[in-house]
Amino acid sequence: MNFNATLFGQTVAFILFVWFCMKFVWPPLMNAIEERQKKIADGLADAGRAAKDLELAQIKATEQLKEAKVTANEIIEQANKRKAQIVEEAKVEAQTERAKIIAQGQAEIENERNRVKDDLRKQVALLAIAGAEKILERTIDPEAHSDIVNKLVAEI
Amino acid sequence: MSATGEEMTQQSYIQHHLTNLTVGEGFWTWNIDSLLFSVGLGMLFLWLFYRAGKKATTGVPGKFQCFVEIIVEFVDSSVKETFHGRNPVIAPLALTIFVWIFMMNFMDMIPVDWLPSLALLAGVPYLKVVPTTDVNITFSLALGVFVLIIYYSIKVKGVSGFVKELTFQPFNHWAMIPVNLLLETVTLVAKPISLALRLFGNLYAGELIFILIALMYGSNVALSALGVGLQLGWLIFHILVITLQAFIFMMLTIVYLSMAHEDH
Repeated sequence: MNFNATLFGQTVAFILFVWFCMKFVWPPLMNAIEERQKKIADGLADAGRAAKDLELAQIKATEQLKEAKVTANEIIEQANKRKAQIVEEAKVEAQTERAKIIAQGQAEIENERNRVKDDLRKQVALLAIAGAEKILERTIDPEAHSDIVNKLVAEI
Repeated sequence: MSATGEEMTQQSYIQHHLTNLTVGEGFWTWNIDSLLFSVGLGMLFLWLFYRAGKKATTGVPGKFQCFVEIIVEFVDSSVKETFHGRNPVIAPLALTIFVWIFMMNFMDMIPVDWLPSLALLAGVPYLKVVPTTDVNITFSLALGVFVLIIYYSIKVKGVSGFVKELTFQPFNHWAMIPVNLLLETVTLVAKPISLALRLFGNLYAGELIFILIALMYGSNVALSALGVGLQLGWLIFHILVITLQAFIFMMLTIVYLSMAHEDH
């Protein structure tokens, strides 16, 4: 227990060391630690947020899938309706077309009949004239006796 | 075993181990060995930690940085648990005290004869390698803390506050002022003295036991073998003691300084 000047030497060293530690050792180490802590905290927060985002995205995706299904069903239904409508329209059109074609055919048949009737009438007239000639044994001049012929044709 | 060339008794062996290498006379004697080892170890500590702090990354730290950060964190949490104010000095002070005292104590782990024998070979007559077994070293650390206690007491509470604390506690009556002053002064002065003597006593005793066990090597084979076992046992136990003493010194420094900051 002999006190001596060592006391002063050590005190000076102590003061200098504490000062140095306070100025140059403590701040950078503490900064590094605190900054890393902040980084880790941020990382954890980000991870939490990402997990929440993922959950939300999944919910959204499920919802959209449901919606898509509903829309698809609607579209199919509409398409079915439209198909029925088209078929109906086609039916109606076909019927009109048929009626038209039938009417046309009938008109053509009528025309043909009239033409054949006229031909027949003319030939019958000629035959009648030929018969009359035979009966009269005299030629009937078609120019001169056109009035008779026409009368005959009209009568037949 | 015999360290000097001359005939050595057990007493002179112990005496040799407990003598400082000195320069100067009377009060102006300088314990060169204590100062050398304490300043050297302090500089080693500061250099290592300074390097770690300079290279410190905020990303993935290296192994040494991790080691340093564990110590810094440990000191920081100890300070934050005890001291609830804002003071830029206390945490670095606690770190310096803890690591420095630990390193000085750690010199005790080096077998007692190695360094003094080496010094003898180099022509140095005495070498006491554990600075904390020198009462001057522990007292100057404690006095540094004591000055800070008084400084912060006055800074936080003002001179009148500090004087009031010394005179109106524990008995809050004007007639009790002399008694209070006596009690509080003893309390105040006991702080640095207990700090210094606790550390000095533990380390001095520890060192002495190492020396006493080392004495057994001088006698017969059985005692030498026993000495090896005892030396090892004491060493392992002493690891606890040196860490604990460094920790206690640091913790009490923090406690005393936080008490200095408290207003009653």
